[in-house]
Amino acid sequence: MDAVTVTDLVVDRGRRRVLPGLSFTVPAGRVTGLLGPSGSGKSTLMRALVGVQRVRSGTVTVLGRPAGSAALRSRVGYVTQAPSVYADLTVRENARYFAALYGRGARAADAAVADVGLADAAGQLVADLSGGQRGRASLACALVGDPELLVLDEPTVGLDPVLRVELWEQFHALARAGTTLVVSSHVMDEAARCDRLLLLRDGALLADTTPARLRADGRSDDLEAAFLNVVRAREGSPA
Amino acid sequence: MTTATTDRPRTTAAHLSPRLTTATAGRVLRQLRHDHRTIAMLLVLPSLLLGLLYLLWKDVPTLPGQPGTFDRVGLTMLGIFPFVVMFLVTSIAMLRERTSGTLERLLTTPVSRLDLLLGYGLAFGSAAALQAVVTVGVATTVYDLEVTGSVWLVVLIAVVDAVLGVALGLLASAFARSEFQAVQFMPVIVLPQFFLCGLLVPREQMAGWLQAVSDVLPLTYAVEALQEVGRSAEATGTMWADVGIVAGAALLALALAAATLRRRTS
Repeated sequence: MDAVTVTDLVVDRGRRRVLPGLSFTVPAGRVTGLLGPSGSGKSTLMRALVGVQRVRSGTVTVLGRPAGSAALRSRVGYVTQAPSVYADLTVRENARYFAALYGRGARAADAAVADVGLADAAGQLVADLSGGQRGRASLACALVGDPELLVLDEPTVGLDPVLRVELWEQFHALARAGTTLVVSSHVMDEAARCDRLLLLRDGALLADTTPARLRADGRSDDLEAAFLNVVRAREGSPA
Repeated sequence: MTTATTDRPRTTAAHLSPRLTTATAGRVLRQLRHDHRTIAMLLVLPSLLLGLLYLLWKDVPTLPGQPGTFDRVGLTMLGIFPFVVMFLVTSIAMLRERTSGTLERLLTTPVSRLDLLLGYGLAFGSAAALQAVVTVGVATTVYDLEVTGSVWLVVLIAVVDAVLGVALGLLASAFARSEFQAVQFMPVIVLPQFFLCGLLVPREQMAGWLQAVSDVLPLTYAVEALQEVGRSAEATGTMWADVGIVAGAALLALALAAATLRRRTS
C-alpha cells in the first residue's frame, strides 16, 4: 500500500525548473528519507506533497486523494524547515491552537508537547527557546493532529546528537503505529535510519533505494561514500 | 498524460467553521496578551492624542450656536483612530504570519481561509471594543466631549470602523512583499479616506469629482454616522444606513482578502 504516488511532477519556481518530472511512491507505515544537498528540490517536493506548491504538471496523490484536498488537511501533518510556530505564544498555547484546528483537545496538546520532550518548557514563550527546542515545538504542533502522513522538512537540524537519536526513535515508533513519514535531510548519516531512501539531486531522482541497497550499489559501507559513488557512476566519471 | 495535474483542490475559502474561527481569534488575542506594551498603547494612546486635540482647541472661541471645533473633530477621531490603528496592526500581523511560515502551515490544516481572516476580525474587533470604551469614556468625562446621541452608538461605530481597518489591513497585506511595503500601504489606503471623509472640508464644498470619490470611500460613511450621533439624541436612519455600508465594505474587503490569499504559491 502506497501512501503517496507522484507521477511526472514538474515544478517551476520563477523561471527556474526545480523539479523536471519526478515519479516515485512512498510506502505506508514506513520512514522514507528524502536525501539530497541543499537546493536539490527537497523542500519544493515536500510543499507539493502537502498541497501548497503550485505545480506545472503531473499528479501528486496522497492517501488516495489529490494532494492538498480539503479532506486531507486533517490527515497530513507538515513541519517546515524553519520552525513555523508563534514566537509570541508559549509552547503549550501553540500546541493547543493547532490541536483545536485538528479538532483535538487540550490533553492531546499536552501529550504532544511531552512527546517531543518539552513538558518542562511548556509554559515558556517560543521566542525564549533554543533553536532545537523551537524545532521540537513545531514538531509537536504537527504530532498533535495524529496525522496519517507526516512530512518533516529537515527536522533534526541543529539538534544535539542525543536528541537527534531520540527523535529518530520517535519517528520509528510512529511508523510502527502506522504513520507514514517523509523526512528530508542533507546529512547522509541520517539516511541509515530510514526504511526507504529517495536521493534527490538537481530536482531529479538519483536513486529510489534502501540503505542496504545503496551500500551495495555504491560499493561502500559508508553511505556518504556510497552516495558519491552512485553520483559519479551516473555522471559517467570514474568512481 | 499530464492532464489531471494541477488538481486544484476545491477551495475551502467559503467553508466556515465557527469553532475554528473562534480558536483563531483566541490565538490572536493570546499573542496580544503576551505583548503588554502593545496592549497599553492600544488602550491609552487614542485617549492621549485626543487630549492633545482637546488642549489645541480648548481656548479657541467658537461662534455662538455652533458646536465647538473639538466636539466636531474629537468625535470624528473616535472613529478614525481605531480604523488606522487596526489597519496597521493587522497588516503587520498578517505579514508576520506570511514571513514566519505559520500561514503556509495553517493552509495545510483544516482551517479555512475565511476562518482565519474572520478570526483576525473577531480578535482585533474585540480589542477595538475595549479601546473604544476607554477612549469614549475619557473623551466624555475628562475632555467634556459633547455627544447628543448615545455614547454606546459611538462605541459601536468605532468597533465597526476597527473591523473595516482589520479587513483592509488583511487585504493590503496580500500585496505587501516586505515590511517596508506593508507600512506604506497605510498612507495609500488610509490618508485619502481621511482627507476626503468630510472632516477637513465639508463634503458639500468639495469639487464634484472629489465628492464622487468620497462617495465610494467607506470612511466617509463612518464619519457621517458619527456626525449623526453627535447631532441627534435618537439613532437616525441615516446613521444605521451608514453603519450598514461600513460593515458591508468590511465584509467585502474580507471576502477579497480570502480570495487573494492563495493556498498554492510558487
